[in-house]
Amino acid sequence: MREPVIIFRNIHKSYPLYHHVTGGIKNFLFHFKKSVSGLQKRSYESLRNISFEVYAGEAFGIVGANGAGKSTTLGLIAGVLKPTMGSICVKGRVSSLLELGAGFHPELTGRENIFLNGVLMGLGKRQVRGKLDQIIEFSELGNFIDQPIRVYSSGMLARLGFSVVAHLDPEILLIDEIMAVGDIEFQKKCAGKMMEFKRKGVTMVFVSHSAGDIERICDRVMWIEDHTIKMLGPTGYVLDSMLNRKLATSSGGL
Amino acid sequence: MRIYKRTEKRPDAAIMNRRPATKTSMKYYADLIFILTQKEMKIRYKNSFLGYLWSIGNPLAFAFVYFVAFKVVMKIQMEDYVLFLIAGLFPWQWFSNSVNASTGIFIGNASIIKKVSFPRNIVPLALVLQDMIHFALSIPVIVFFLFVFHKSPSWSWVPGIPILLLIQLLVTYGFALIMSSVNLFFRDIERLVSIFLALLFYFTPIIYSESMIPARYGRLMKLNPLYYLMVSWRELFMSGRLEMSSLLLSASQALVFLAIGFLVYKKLSWRFAEVV
Ligand SMILES: Nc1ncnc2c1ncn2[C@@H]1O[C@H](COP(=O)(O)OP(=O)(O)O)[C@@H](O)[C@H]1O
Ligand SMILES: [Mg+2]
Repeated sequence: MREPVIIFRNIHKSYPLYHHVTGGIKNFLFHFKKSVSGLQKRSYESLRNISFEVYAGEAFGIVGANGAGKSTTLGLIAGVLKPTMGSICVKGRVSSLLELGAGFHPELTGRENIFLNGVLMGLGKRQVRGKLDQIIEFSELGNFIDQPIRVYSSGMLARLGFSVVAHLDPEILLIDEIMAVGDIEFQKKCAGKMMEFKRKGVTMVFVSHSAGDIERICDRVMWIEDHTIKMLGPTGYVLDSMLNRKLATSSGGL
Repeated sequence: MRIYKRTEKRPDAAIMNRRPATKTSMKYYADLIFILTQKEMKIRYKNSFLGYLWSIGNPLAFAFVYFVAFKVVMKIQMEDYVLFLIAGLFPWQWFSNSVNASTGIFIGNASIIKKVSFPRNIVPLALVLQDMIHFALSIPVIVFFLFVFHKSPSWSWVPGIPILLLIQLLVTYGFALIMSSVNLFFRDIERLVSIFLALLFYFTPIIYSESMIPARYGRLMKLNPLYYLMVSWRELFMSGRLEMSSLLLSASQALVFLAIGFLVYKKLSWRFAEVV
């Protein structure tokens, strides 16, 4: 039996619908009772009763429609979000690429951001310095590496982001719909790197809209629909069911 | 391998506790503090070329204004009033800048907060450290004015400055933690903070001396966590005096505010990524 490194047990995640008290302090105080009960009650359930395990060295895919809760799941694994209920157990250092430009500061140069991001992800400065040349080379950003990243295109941001996490010796790697950005050449390079990670036994959790990418990389896939697990199983099986469903609904609609 | 559980019962433990061993070492914290402080410095200098000059020019300009208002116009009875003002305004500026900027610090770092899990309390700490460095770099200006007034630095600065720096770091960090955390949930804090700082400024003996405070308000004024601190800075700069009781009192006030800051932060931090 392989060792599970990510365990979700009956996870619920609700977002409160208030966020910051939008009416400001004045409204909050004048309608104090209502505001407080509003704070407690109104919420939006974005994940419901999710349980799954990801095993060491596995490539695990998450698919589902927009708003299904894929990014929320990754956020919970990364530890930036906290579940409303349930327990999560993650064993190992998580490196995450959750969003374009996440963990970067727009005013800093590419090079400075590599240090910032690397240290935020849990590496020491010295370790990052040791990898700096590799990261820059892999990113193919050339002279842009010393430009502030606010001038980068989304493709360039994706390259920098991927290059950093790819060289941080991840134990658990989370990737959220990043590879769709950037040119074909770089996408190929990313896919190559992911295959290399797979051979090395890095655990990966991978969200993508591209069935092709999922099929190539993932061993198992979790399909989230209506904020809960619709299906979880071997990649081919889940993707086929999704495809059949799509065909069924589209022909039914005709 | 450790197992980290996150359940409803223990909301605060969740995010902090799940860092693996490599992330909790002192060395790692030092690197994190260094890199974030460096980032604050760099951003400050990228946005304004004159960053350092502002940190000197601002308190000097205010010293000039107060000098005109209180010495020239209102004829306050005090020797070396310019020096007196400068010795208080420079450390005040550090506190005021940090607390002011702290309200926006998490929002300004949203891209880091949202997607990477790391101890977020380092972000306001980096801000306060950055202003501390600027204050330390402005001490030569104070020395310059000492010489202008035929005084000179004293040996007591050698222990005195680091001790006061530390005390002020703690109290400022405490305030910054409170303001930065609460502002994510009540964005009005951003506007209230400048009023709060103005009140605190006038209730702290910076433009007047503590001996001018009416006796019946003396007690009350001393509750102000900056009271002993600002008096200690001025005494140290102007006469090289370091009073043990003031140090102890201001240090304990600082610890109280730091503790409050941490409580507020712990209570709120797990939601940062959702609301920022
Ligand atoms: N910070 C947030 N506050 C409130 N609701 C959110 C927040 N983040 C996501 N949601 C909601 O949770 C649901 C799931 O979002 P997400 O996990 O980003 O979906 P996906 O990545 O599958 O497209 C969405 O309906 C979204 O509106
Ligand atoms: Mg998403």
